[in-house]
Amino acid sequence: MGYLKCIKITKEYEKASKALRSVSFKVPSEGIFALIGRNGAGKTTLVRILATQLLPTSGSANLAGMDVVKDAKDLRGMIACVPQEARAIGWLTPRQFILSYLLWRGMDYSEAKRKTEDATKMLGIDQHLDTANRLLSGGTKRKVLVASVIASGAKILFLDEPTTGLDPISRSDLWRILSKLKRTHFIFLTTHYLEEAERLADKIGILDEGKLLALGTLEELRATVKYPYIIKILSDRKMLKPREGTVVKGVDGYYQIATKEKDAYEISKELIKEGVKFSMNPLSLDDIFYYIAKKPIEAENYEKDESW
Amino acid sequence: MKKMNHGSQIFASILVNAVYAMINYPIVLISTLLAPFAFLIVISFVSHGALLPIAIGGALIMTMISAGTSLQGDLSHLKNDFKLQDMIVSSPTSARMYLIGMAISEIVYALPALLVLAILAGLYINTSILGYASIMAVMSIMFIFSISLGFFLSTLTSDVIQSWAFTGIISTILSALPPVYYPISYIPQQFQFIAYISPATYAAQIVQNATGYVTFSNSTLLIDWIVIIAVAAAMTVIAVKKSKWRED
Ligand SMILES: Nc1ncnc2c1ncn2[C@@H]1O[C@H](COP(=O)(O)OP(=O)(O)O)[C@@H](O)[C@H]1O
Ligand SMILES: [Mg+2]
Repeated sequence: MGYLKCIKITKEYEKASKALRSVSFKVPSEGIFALIGRNGAGKTTLVRILATQLLPTSGSANLAGMDVVKDAKDLRGMIACVPQEARAIGWLTPRQFILSYLLWRGMDYSEAKRKTEDATKMLGIDQHLDTANRLLSGGTKRKVLVASVIASGAKILFLDEPTTGLDPISRSDLWRILSKLKRTHFIFLTTHYLEEAERLADKIGILDEGKLLALGTLEELRATVKYPYIIKILSDRKMLKPREGTVVKGVDGYYQIATKEKDAYEISKELIKEGVKFSMNPLSLDDIFYYIAKKPIEAENYEKDESW
Repeated sequence: MKKMNHGSQIFASILVNAVYAMINYPIVLISTLLAPFAFLIVISFVSHGALLPIAIGGALIMTMISAGTSLQGDLSHLKNDFKLQDMIVSSPTSARMYLIGMAISEIVYALPALLVLAILAGLYINTSILGYASIMAVMSIMFIFSISLGFFLSTLTSDVIQSWAFTGIISTILSALPPVYYPISYIPQQFQFIAYISPATYAAQIVQNATGYVTFSNSTLLIDWIVIIAVAAAMTVIAVKKSKWRED
């Protein structure tokens, strides 16, 4: 398998607003690449450019050896996309929708019929094959779309926020399917559920305000953070100062010590001795995102907080 | 890479836009069947049957023109409410194959109405083989024109409100304005120029001439043919070249 390579991709919708600002990166086009970022970060814009739906204002991108603008015609034979707000056509059944999608892609009728059944079986929605899409639950509707792109046989899949708005069970259902799928496909996934990227992704990109702030495996991202361990003080305010690290007030209101692994263990030992309730964890992607996209704004306040 | 089956691609559009709609919602059949007859009936009654042949000719043209109007609505709906166009763009399907398939699907959709109108035409329009041939040619040209226009506009829309606005404008220009169900002489002389804004007027003159009810001079007819062919050709080029398939 080749690479996905973006070179200085910029997208301006109007003169004033830049949705993407010179985004450059290179990742192997295999497994799952998760692009994370808040609403409006530019995720959909990047997906639409790479999936040949939108032209960049400047810059270029290359996928599996093909330029997404110049070689779009050839590339389109290898890709399939579930757009962010896509819905399976309400007045069709999943069977009718998936079958039509495959026929549109130029598949023979008999093969399309077979692939429709195989894919829906794989996603566990075959019992709904002949129920109108509009009558299905949100999770099943989403799976109909995912089944369509899986059935297409395309090896490069773009899924723009595939699990947004799903209940936790449907979400983990979809995660299970995607982690199986990533052995044979390259999946470009966007999400604002950081847990999703943590669970599924081989590589993670952090996008904020149109800029790519970081890229790497979860471990690599963690390594970019100076203090990758977090001790959260859960009971009283009695605590110890780490030899090296910072104390911040987390978004949840608890005070946290961010420090290095060795310090974290030592502090923990002392906290146990003192009988203080606490938790200790390596940084989650949530924390890393917070750290990378926005410096912990509470840190400064703490230093001014005399009561400590 | 596997070869694409173009037959499949066209079939998909026919399935989604015509067959499944009719199977899943049989009421759709009744609505498409009724549409062209409303005016036909009114005009025939008001004229005590005198305008029946012209009105049948008019209904044949209007059926072809409304194919484009409804295609615009259908495709805008699929594009904006289901994001189908984005899914199709990111696939081997070309804009051209999508357009051809959708065009044929609109014919299939109109088939029941066309069948009834064809029988009426056979009964009430007395004309030569050449007359029937020119009616069919005009119908085909107007179909190509309206389908291209509808497809082009649908790719420009980003929501349903915009699509409704387009539908309103096209319907006014292509069906309300032109004297399709009655002769242009019914319009006061000083206002006739308004009718000539619409390509449907030129199409109607050829058909009305073929029905033998009104006669136009050869030079007028020549202009009529030139106008509808030119407009249809230009619209087809615009649809293929200027449709917003990949956005910029
Ligand atoms: N078609 C558009 N026209 C103008 N601005 C747009 C358009 N689409 C997106 N934007 C703007 O571009 C920015 C990035 O949007 P988007 O790519 O949808 O972000 P995300 O998918 O990460 O939520 C946002 O500020 C959004 O308002
Ligand atoms: Mg988005």
